[in-house]
Amino acid sequence: MAKVIFNEDLCKGCELCVNACPKKIIEMDLSKINTKGYHPATIKPENMDKCIACGFCAMMCPDVVITVIK
Amino acid sequence: MAVVFEKTKGLTDVPFSYCPGCTHGIIHRLVAEAMEELGVLDKAIGVASVGCSVFAYEFFNCDMQQAAHGRAPAVATGIKRVHPDKVVFTYQGDGDLAAIGTAEIVHAAARGEKITVIFVNNANYGMTGGQMAPTTLVGQRTTTTPYGRKPEVNGYPIRVSEMLSTLDGAAYIERVAVYDVKHIMQAKKAIKNAFLAQIQNKGFSLVEVLSTCPTNWGMTPVEALKWVKDHMEPYYPLGVYKNTLEEVK
Repeated sequence: MAKVIFNEDLCKGCELCVNACPKKIIEMDLSKINTKGYHPATIKPENMDKCIACGFCAMMCPDVVITVIK
Repeated sequence: MAVVFEKTKGLTDVPFSYCPGCTHGIIHRLVAEAMEELGVLDKAIGVASVGCSVFAYEFFNCDMQQAAHGRAPAVATGIKRVHPDKVVFTYQGDGDLAAIGTAEIVHAAARGEKITVIFVNNANYGMTGGQMAPTTLVGQRTTTTPYGRKPEVNGYPIRVSEMLSTLDGAAYIERVAVYDVKHIMQAKKAIKNAFLAQIQNKGFSLVEVLSTCPTNWGMTPVEALKWVKDHMEPYYPLGVYKNTLEEVK
């Protein structure tokens, strides 16, 4: 099963990963504010099994926040 | 579990100082990944410019040097001539390379210096607050052209890749963009080829990357990527302008 790990405190909330995800499962976590003051990107646990581990989010992320394992 | 994507060893753990959604971060990562994959990290020497990328020396996990505004190719020339076995690259923006540093870049290319230049074109001066740059498009609003760039007053934008590809010293010149995953992968290939041109002693190599500046353009990061595709790419066509490599990988 694919797993996407977000280094949340580096996220600047630009939403480029949201735009790049072909499955549209990435969203901004509005319940959290990271140390930079942004709502970090996240994938809800119930949506994680929809991930196909394409790595598009990680390739698009300008701050190297994302690690993808499969 | 196999790792599909993880942070390259070519970058340090220092967080990028760029605005949210600025594609400088993507370009940094591509350069670092290219160096790691070519196995040249321990013999690479980078030259940081002045502009938003002024702190590049904090982010790349290789030896770095900071140059005066626009003078990175001159500094890189000196480093490469003293250390011909090292892989020397500069990382410059359009205000740095195409305005104050025009003389340095043109003559470094004309001399065929065996250095690699990563040229980030975001059509304005980012760090100082979005003033007009030589690469600003006709009609584009900036803080110094509030009614849009007018050719009769401000002249025309410079196409650096086309200009430098006419010089015999240039070995590899390509223009790429990073507005979607496909183009990011092409950009990485271009950067690797540019390093290969240097490693094979072919001469001067440059990769121009069309980048975004969401903060100064007044757009969201996603809108800025679309603006690059819709407005910058037609004026700055992507492609290889010069290639003297033996084998294209």
